[in-house]
Amino acid sequence: MAQTYRGAGVSPGAGYGPVKRLTREVPQPAPDARHAGDAEAEARRAVAAMEQTAQDLTARGERAGGEAAEVLSAQALMARDPALADDVRRRVGEGADAARAVSEAMAVYRDMLASAGEYLAARVADLDDVRDRIVARLMGAPIPGIPDSDSPFVLVAEDLAPADTAVLDPAQVVAFVTREGGPTSHTAILARSLGLPAVVACAGADAIAEGTLLLVDGATGEVVADPDPAAVEAATTAAAARARAAAQSSGPGRTADGHPVPLLANIGGPQDLPAALENGAEGVGLYRTEFLFLDRADAPGHDEQVAAYRAVLEAFPGGKVVVRTLDAGADKPLAFLPAPAAEPNPALGERGLRMMRRFPETMDAQLAALAEAERGTDAELQVMAPMVTDAEDADWFAAAAAKAGVEQAGVMIEVPAAALRARHIAASAAFFSIGTNDLTQYTCAADRETGGLGRFQDPWQPGVLDLVSVAASAAAEAGRPCGVCGEAAADPLLACVLTGLGVTSLSMGASALPLVRAALARVELAQCRAAAAAALAARGPEEARAAAAAALPGLAELGL
Amino acid sequence: MAQRRVTVESKVGLHARPAAMFVEAASKAEGQVTVAKGEGTPVSAKSILAVMGLDVRNGDEIVIDVEGEGPEADALLDRLAEIANAD
Repeated sequence: MAQTYRGAGVSPGAGYGPVKRLTREVPQPAPDARHAGDAEAEARRAVAAMEQTAQDLTARGERAGGEAAEVLSAQALMARDPALADDVRRRVGEGADAARAVSEAMAVYRDMLASAGEYLAARVADLDDVRDRIVARLMGAPIPGIPDSDSPFVLVAEDLAPADTAVLDPAQVVAFVTREGGPTSHTAILARSLGLPAVVACAGADAIAEGTLLLVDGATGEVVADPDPAAVEAATTAAAARARAAAQSSGPGRTADGHPVPLLANIGGPQDLPAALENGAEGVGLYRTEFLFLDRADAPGHDEQVAAYRAVLEAFPGGKVVVRTLDAGADKPLAFLPAPAAEPNPALGERGLRMMRRFPETMDAQLAALAEAERGTDAELQVMAPMVTDAEDADWFAAAAAKAGVEQAGVMIEVPAAALRARHIAASAAFFSIGTNDLTQYTCAADRETGGLGRFQDPWQPGVLDLVSVAASAAAEAGRPCGVCGEAAADPLLACVLTGLGVTSLSMGASALPLVRAALARVELAQCRAAAAAALAARGPEEARAAAAAALPGLAELGL
Repeated sequence: MAQRRVTVESKVGLHARPAAMFVEAASKAEGQVTVAKGEGTPVSAKSILAVMGLDVRNGDEIVIDVEGEGPEADALLDRLAEIANAD
């Protein structure tokens, strides 16, 4: 009998298949766990579990290939390490049960690796994973991590870490359902970049048993257990219609009556360029530069930065590339840019431009590298600062950019104060780019990563739409472009509303571009404006969605 | 007992891939194989955890000891030295 669960749909599409659950927790052996007396048999049991784990890791490596195979085969060597096995035998001989012996023996090596410097610190996570696998096996618990499967499945989890989703095989996973996570969490963004349907903040997810047949609608957030075949048919048909429309869309973004809305890609480094080009991006609307700075002891040098920026500029001759300067702090701390003190609330602390104002030499070096990268390329470089709060911030950034030789310096509108006073900020900003993820977080005072606050993490909240409207109007009056580079731009219905609010370009994860292009091509600018007015008049996000959809009848054939 | 001193030329030292190859090669030997960093305490070259724990970097000197004599021991020393110097 069908049972329906509800969460937040964060990555559109329909997925149907049996449930497999991700397990992360590993039972801990009790600190005084002892075996029953037969030390020899217990030691054999421990060594057998180590060997089985090694074989499992080797098999996974062979399936994965490439770099993953190397990591996994090194992990297999750890699992069958003879020195480790000797230590485990000794501990079992002293009375410890197999799980505790393995756990304690590996802790010794873990401490040694953790204290030995940067090369080895990264191996500690590999070692922990090996330990968890052996201990789980010895205690009869499920092996942690993404489950193995030879056939497609729906992955259900409490939450997914970016590291979990990075090793997912999109050919085996048909959808995600998580109990935690918000629509703008990093996991949701990743799901969209993989093109997998996903529902997060699904309160009932824990109750769904392994093997249950699940229909997941990543657009509406509906999750149905044991659905009737007609519902599966209807959901997959609608998803296929959308996929078909997306596949048929091409050319620059424009409405049916020819109003241009350039469609740009959000990228996290040159590795995202192929997907952006494949999906027809007209440029880059958000180049996140953090990847150059994370996980290292000191800042990247000038030449390294120039190369990373130029690689992207060269991919879009004649196109626009908007680079965001380093957005450090909050959830992305950097070793060489320490926060002044522990921040009880880092999202409201020294992050983005605030951090750069404390370390101006880092900002100057980045701006200088950007100015040099543009020389000799045909792309139009625009550089913007994150977390600009007032006109004083905007002035400071504009002066720093001008000094470095960057011609077009703009600001991100993510802080409600900046949206409200956009008319003053426009004086020194060449353009605006509205970051709707953080703008929503700050407008509704709801942490992006907190699972229970899905209703407030919704860019359809009319309060958020009001601020977008204020910023876009101020930009138009000052003759400045105003883009949106948050995940809101990836929602085809909302993309039309944003266009109606006066937003001049839309930037999103590359996989969302075709469907947004198809949606724009089915509506006229006047309809977008009517939809925007209707959404602004609504009392809440659901009403705003419904009112906008009613004003945009051309989207009905896309099931929107 | 056959011994060899090698200055490690592998860019990443005896970490990552070279460490795994080193241990795999040593594990094929019947007898004991040890490796030490400089004048430090020798550890089993068949243990990836012990070898990684030495934290051997590019330019460090290592001392490899192989149980036994003759062409087999020399061949193994050649192979281990080659891995420590490959990139």
